[in-house]
Amino acid sequence: MPTEKLLFDYSTPKTLRLKLSGDWHIASGLPDTDEVTAQMAVHAGLKQIVFDVSADMKWDSAFVAFLLRLDEACRIRKISMSRQGLPQDVMKIFDSAYSAMTSAMVPHKPERGEFFEMVGKGITHFYAETLSLLEFIGEITLAFGRLARGKISFRRGDFFYIIQRSGVDALGLVSLISIMVGIIFAFVGAIQLQTFGAQIFVAHIVGIAMVRVMGAVMAGILMAGRTGASFAAELGIMQTNEEIDALKTLGINPVDFLVVPRVLALIIMLPLLTLYADIMGILGGLLICATMLGINPLEYWQHTQMAVKLSNLWVGLVNSLAFGVIVAVAGCFYGIKCERSAAGVGQATTAAVVSAITWIVIATTLITFICQILGIN
Amino acid sequence: MNTDPHPAIEVRNLKLSYDDYPVLHHINFKVNKGDIFIIMGGSGCGKSTLLKALTGLLEPLEGEVLYGDKNFWKANDARQYAMMRNFGVLYQGGALWSSLTLWENVALPLQLHSKLSAAEIREMAELKLALVGLRGYADFYPSEISGGMRKRAGLARAVALDPDIIFFDEPSAGLDPVNAKMLDDLILELRDIFDSTFVVVTHELASIFAIGNNAVFLDEESKTMLAAGSPKDLLDNCRDQRVIQFLTRGEKKGAKQ
Repeated sequence: MPTEKLLFDYSTPKTLRLKLSGDWHIASGLPDTDEVTAQMAVHAGLKQIVFDVSADMKWDSAFVAFLLRLDEACRIRKISMSRQGLPQDVMKIFDSAYSAMTSAMVPHKPERGEFFEMVGKGITHFYAETLSLLEFIGEITLAFGRLARGKISFRRGDFFYIIQRSGVDALGLVSLISIMVGIIFAFVGAIQLQTFGAQIFVAHIVGIAMVRVMGAVMAGILMAGRTGASFAAELGIMQTNEEIDALKTLGINPVDFLVVPRVLALIIMLPLLTLYADIMGILGGLLICATMLGINPLEYWQHTQMAVKLSNLWVGLVNSLAFGVIVAVAGCFYGIKCERSAAGVGQATTAAVVSAITWIVIATTLITFICQILGIN
Repeated sequence: MNTDPHPAIEVRNLKLSYDDYPVLHHINFKVNKGDIFIIMGGSGCGKSTLLKALTGLLEPLEGEVLYGDKNFWKANDARQYAMMRNFGVLYQGGALWSSLTLWENVALPLQLHSKLSAAEIREMAELKLALVGLRGYADFYPSEISGGMRKRAGLARAVALDPDIIFFDEPSAGLDPVNAKMLDDLILELRDIFDSTFVVVTHELASIFAIGNNAVFLDEESKTMLAAGSPKDLLDNCRDQRVIQFLTRGEKKGAKQ
């Protein structure tokens, strides 16, 4: 059905007169050109379309888009579209739009490709990224060699600021999460051990679990989400703003200047945070034992001392050292390789966190496996 | 034919600051409908800050910004947003959303503020891209095109809703002379096509004289406007040394005191 904006008049033979009025603005929506093409189909002998535009008609480029569609439909059906009835302003924008839309030069956009092509590209990309990561680790190793020989320098202020951000500023979060983990272990252990009247051994479970693995794992995961993401976003934005290029052109190695202080800071801070997390976790267990299981705090402490051997502490520290390297390298690698766009920074941050957490789990498994083989209990 | 007696923009006694740091004061000018109005001055004089106040991004400390008979900063949020729908802004780098293709960038305002169907929105977006010389680039991402093309795509987005007023922040910045000239020509062409009012922040003399038919000159030292008028008139008749120095690249230093 024709709308008020668009009426059809067949008073002249073989001619469709389109009577246009009302609001043809983008915001108010447009009549569908299908209504006109349907008229063309019904009236087979139609030779031309003319316009009768009401003086009160309001329009913007939405009307021009309508005319372009109509023009296309007319050309397909070999019907002439007379522009004479159109206002001068409409003719002007229509002519500009028509010549722009029909200009000969069109760029070629590469197609996405077939499924196997996509899989192949994915594998090639994975291979290239793995090589790139190994190269990056090699660069960091060489940079640490230069650091040991005193041949590189970075801003001490930056280094201590990173230490503060990744260490001191994270204490609150690490406390909260570690206490909670200690409480969870105490509850889980107590459920079973209470049935044997052996609830005092909750101290053993919490102590060994926290010191040997969980303190380091929780601190590592927190650092991956907090500090690793921050490294990736920070370096990614530096890459986007060409700040890293500026360092290179000044003869400053970005790995020496940006990556080494970050890796060093996490190598120092993650073991310290792990020790702190261990203590907080044990305190969380103590909280439950003292308040809900009726265990004397001194007794809990003595059993913890008995259960936790020095080897447990060393295993935990080795874990934390590995996690520090993983989190820092993942954050810096994805940050420095970041694509120069806002979406690129987002992808880099996500990739840094996901890969750091994945590698933390893999490293924990490997270290646990190696300790079993070597008989470190 | 527009019969509205009000100027497109009227700025009255505007005072701008960032927290306690004063940037501009006593700014007064009118922008007539259909003008290409230039906000000019040296680096750091507050051109972009003034643009922020005009586009609703920075509330002035004092003064008024009127669009027609509507006082922008005295309107409530809903009315301010309604007024802002009549603005198009081209930012220095284009400010395209990098995760969207060019047509999606242009389509977003249409999707949010029009009743057009998805097919019509796609057509409108392609039409606007074609008008700025980017026919066929609809499915490209901003990272896949050059800086000059990004600016043109930004311009296509700015005119997506056929706004009454289009603001430009340093349109020629970072462009080679040929591309800068192309953008100037495009601005003139779009002014004719859309019959809109253009406000251009720039310090590019070639652009100022090529496209501007009215201008205001801002000064960093005095933190206010020193002159207003057409750029050619200012060059011929302005007696302020700082304005003449600016408009002649310092070649007529103190010639007209």
